[in-house]
Amino acid sequence: MSHIVEINELNKYFGEHHVLKDIDLQVETGEVVVIIGASGSGKSTLIRCINGLEEYNSGQLVVDQQPLAPHGGNQKALNAIRKEVGMVFQQFNLFPHLNVRRNIMLAPMKVKSTDQEAAADHADRLLERVGIASQADKFPGQLSGGQQQRVAIARALAMEPRLMLFDEPTSALDPEMVGEVLDVMRELAREGMTMLVVTHEMGFAREVADRVIYIHEGRIVEQGAPDQVFDNPQNERTQAFLSRVLSH
Amino acid sequence: MEFQFQFDWQAAINSIPFLLKGLPYTLMISFGGLLIGFLLGILFGLLSLNRRWYLRWPATAYIEIFRGTPILVQVLFIFYGLPDLVGSPIEPMTAAIAAIAFNSGAYISEVVRGGVQSIARGQREAGLSLGLSRIQTFTYIIWPQAFRRMIPPLGNQAIVSIKDTSLFSVIGVGELVRQGQVYIANTFTAFEVYFAVAVLYLIITLSLSLLLRLVERRGSAA
Repeated sequence: MSHIVEINELNKYFGEHHVLKDIDLQVETGEVVVIIGASGSGKSTLIRCINGLEEYNSGQLVVDQQPLAPHGGNQKALNAIRKEVGMVFQQFNLFPHLNVRRNIMLAPMKVKSTDQEAAADHADRLLERVGIASQADKFPGQLSGGQQQRVAIARALAMEPRLMLFDEPTSALDPEMVGEVLDVMRELAREGMTMLVVTHEMGFAREVADRVIYIHEGRIVEQGAPDQVFDNPQNERTQAFLSRVLSH
Repeated sequence: MEFQFQFDWQAAINSIPFLLKGLPYTLMISFGGLLIGFLLGILFGLLSLNRRWYLRWPATAYIEIFRGTPILVQVLFIFYGLPDLVGSPIEPMTAAIAAIAFNSGAYISEVVRGGVQSIARGQREAGLSLGLSRIQTFTYIIWPQAFRRMIPPLGNQAIVSIKDTSLFSVIGVGELVRQGQVYIANTFTAFEVYFAVAVLYLIITLSLSLLLRLVERRGSAA
């Protein structure tokens, strides 16, 4: 099995604050890994290190055979990694000045020099896939949160990434829209996409994840198959966290 | 003795053809100065956002110096002072355009900086995460959004700079105010002529306001 993500002894500080402590993490191609933990535990910071949106201080990080050095590494390695790694953000971060189709077309056209027609075609197919083909000509501001997040997923997929990072993709959504976004992610997982998902959706984690990782104060304190972590957590921190989030 | 003042419409109207000879100068200084000022503003505004201190500091110094000194002093310095340094006289029009350019450039730098900083960090992150380079992210994502937000303050600056050109009568540029002064020297109709001068400025600035409002409305429709 080839590891698409290989992290060894990664440490990161925000000033004095030690946010990630000796992180070791290997992700296999096709694996769906869900990262859970309290807010401020460092789980978002961890996946943001993987595509270089955050720099780390020490350790090793290799993504798809490309090593990314601490403190940002070189721009070339960073760009090479970002082409292969898609990211979906909590706040969607769609480009408000471009319509939905253009949001999706931009990166393939500028980064891969895809011609306009092919990019538009691909965008429409992706929109079909995430179930909002009819919204292609609208602007992000005219869509619901759930629709915006589905566009954001389509936008990331347009680069045909080998790995998708999801940073709390449903946390900014109204409850009735969470389902439609999780459905798209579930479908993606079924098709074999490698995914690293930070989420508070424990039902999704249990159902879709191959592996669940619990992070507490910057440290991976427990990981394993979902039923193992959820039904029989070994670490008392994990037990305490799960009893808080699962009790309601 | 009773003092009676009668506003002489005819005097105001009669002055207009003579005043209008100054209009091309006013417009040329305004447009020329603002065009260069806009380019300076983009350059120094972006430099002032740069992470590298040796790029940021000179930009900040430029902005502070030209915002912190009166434009009248700036143009006097350029017109009377600089020739001593460069060894040849500077044309009044050159001095006038340079003063508007450097002065508006400093303010526009701040408009550019504010506009770019107002775009949420997530926009940049989304661009980078898609594999766009930093320059592509700026060009296709940040700048178009920032520029749209910059239109109202840019319009504001254009109006301020157009009015600032009136100061250049002091270096003998034959712009609107200068024409007015010359005309008054012969006719002694200060009230009427300055009134006419004011109306001419108002026509320019109101047209610009109107134009900007149309541009803004078109921008927000998208």
